[in-house]
Amino acid sequence: MTPAPTSRRRLRAGTVLTYLSLIAATLVVLLPLAVVLLTSLKTAEEVSEGGALSLPGDWLNFRNYATAFTDGHLLAAFGNTAFILLFSLAGTVIIGSMTAYAVDRFDFRAKKAVMALFLVATLVPAVTTQVATFQVVNGFGLVDTRWAPILLYMGTDIVSVYIFLQFIRSIPRSLDEAARLDGANAFTIYRKIILPLLKPAIATVVIIKGITTYNDFYIPFLYLHSEDLGTISTALFRFKGPFGAHWEAISAGAILVILPTLVVFLLLQRWIYNGFAQGATK
Amino acid sequence: MTEKPPNSPRTVTDPSAPAPGAPRPRTAPGTTVLTAPASAEAGAPTRTGARAAAPRRPAPRSWRDSPLRRATPWFFLAVPLALLLTFTYVPVASMISYSFTDWDGVSPHREFTGVDNYVQIFTRPEMFRVFFVSGYYLAASALQIGVALYFATVLSFNLRFRNFFKGVLFFPYLINGVAIGFVFLYFFQDGGTLDSVLAWLGVTTDHPWLGDPTSANLSLAGVSVWRFTGLNFVLFLGAIQSVPGELYEAAQLDGADRWQQFRHIIVPSIKPVLSLSVILAISGSLSVFEIPYIMTGGATGTSTFVIQTVKLAFQFNKTGLASAAAVVLLALILLLTWVQRRLVPDDKVDLV
Repeated sequence: MTPAPTSRRRLRAGTVLTYLSLIAATLVVLLPLAVVLLTSLKTAEEVSEGGALSLPGDWLNFRNYATAFTDGHLLAAFGNTAFILLFSLAGTVIIGSMTAYAVDRFDFRAKKAVMALFLVATLVPAVTTQVATFQVVNGFGLVDTRWAPILLYMGTDIVSVYIFLQFIRSIPRSLDEAARLDGANAFTIYRKIILPLLKPAIATVVIIKGITTYNDFYIPFLYLHSEDLGTISTALFRFKGPFGAHWEAISAGAILVILPTLVVFLLLQRWIYNGFAQGATK
Repeated sequence: MTEKPPNSPRTVTDPSAPAPGAPRPRTAPGTTVLTAPASAEAGAPTRTGARAAAPRRPAPRSWRDSPLRRATPWFFLAVPLALLLTFTYVPVASMISYSFTDWDGVSPHREFTGVDNYVQIFTRPEMFRVFFVSGYYLAASALQIGVALYFATVLSFNLRFRNFFKGVLFFPYLINGVAIGFVFLYFFQDGGTLDSVLAWLGVTTDHPWLGDPTSANLSLAGVSVWRFTGLNFVLFLGAIQSVPGELYEAAQLDGADRWQQFRHIIVPSIKPVLSLSVILAISGSLSVFEIPYIMTGGATGTSTFVIQTVKLAFQFNKTGLASAAAVVLLALILLLTWVQRRLVPDDKVDLV
């Protein structure tokens, strides 16, 4: 008995176990989602009579989706979410890149202090301060308007400042100098040179910020009470009341909310992995 | 007006200047590098003319020292700083001041009550209990880090369908929390996904998974493992893959098996990310909110610290007490971050 075949067999057994564990993990991840997808295609009777794993009679039964869209106000919710996303993403990009430009390209006395303000703020988790932030937002009279989440998403995103800051350092300063000699002022340089060259960082920020904003529940739950101002998270949350035990409608709503994320993920995988890894380690 | 620029026309003879009295040399003092005639000519002919029209500008200064330039960064920083102060620092300050009062969040009157709110948080058993719920999530995060580490190691080697498995493991992290809540409400409900799968495997149970505190908290913590493993996994995988491939080849040539490769190459390379994950896990398990709030509303002993704080502030109008609770949580998280920075000196944190 030579050692070589044993080790090869052990390796093969190890490989089989590895694949088995991966398949098990895949089942654990996908099964709960698949069951909800099946449920969303069933009729109310099928849900109450059949088991969770039973198959829908008509695979193209989209009636529950129509119910979710109309009775669940999901259409308005997608509109609100899009509105909030548009403004908060534009604002985050402008604010983050302006901060990074000012801090990286200028020398001024309070620079260290400004950076310290941003750095310390990363340590303050937003969940803890909402008790008092609510009073500030209330003071501006913005509670129950879409501007409350927009301002909060814009004003408390320090991670994107760091992503821009890291990227702007790789843009050679000679470009700024050359433009200055051509008579460009600081704003023109920011607008015409820095911002276009920041495109990869902007893409990262838009993707990770976009997904977290789309998924956020806490802020809209606290600040948007009116039913017609619901974002997809709060609109879906409200399914709990009127649809009670109507799992087919709730499932359709959940699938509708997950679907855009899946499409974005499949299209932008590489960006998403890098973006979230970058965002988390900042 | 601070210093005299070195290239003032009176003191320095510009070699490129053709003749004294010609208008061009006077353009030099405006900027620092304008002695190169080509750039002055090609770059800004109109400006040359403008300066020539005002010949006797008293002691011009360089762009770098002008007050306009010194003010420039503040034009860019004004809005970001205003937002930062308004939505982070003002709330923290007012939260601390509310925490010493009995304010209800609405009325103009508030009584100063000293540390009474803090005493309540630590002495009333029903308020203190939420800290024990964090224990479930802490245990769950340990499991989560272990699972993520295993799959990151496995998938750092070449495997079939590697990208598919990577995508599947990461995707739950991207899903909307409310959707996850509903998916798992159906998963755990009587006759739902879990019961059906168990029945299919031959185990019949009518255990109400969300029915008693222990089982409910274990189920909810399980959902949090399902949701967040993907992020840890991708962080670990990135760190492992940043190790140059030659290192593994060299180790293989030296006869190291996979366990030895894991122990001596992979573990050291992911240490920073591992410590980051641990700190995120601890602060995360202290501030759990979404999943239990959506799934159980904090019923059957699943209330967490943040759920309790939100209810105190927005349902029972106890802004003072809720602020004190939030201050305690903030202090805990700052303390943890400080401990982590002491334990793992992190050279990546750089101020500018």
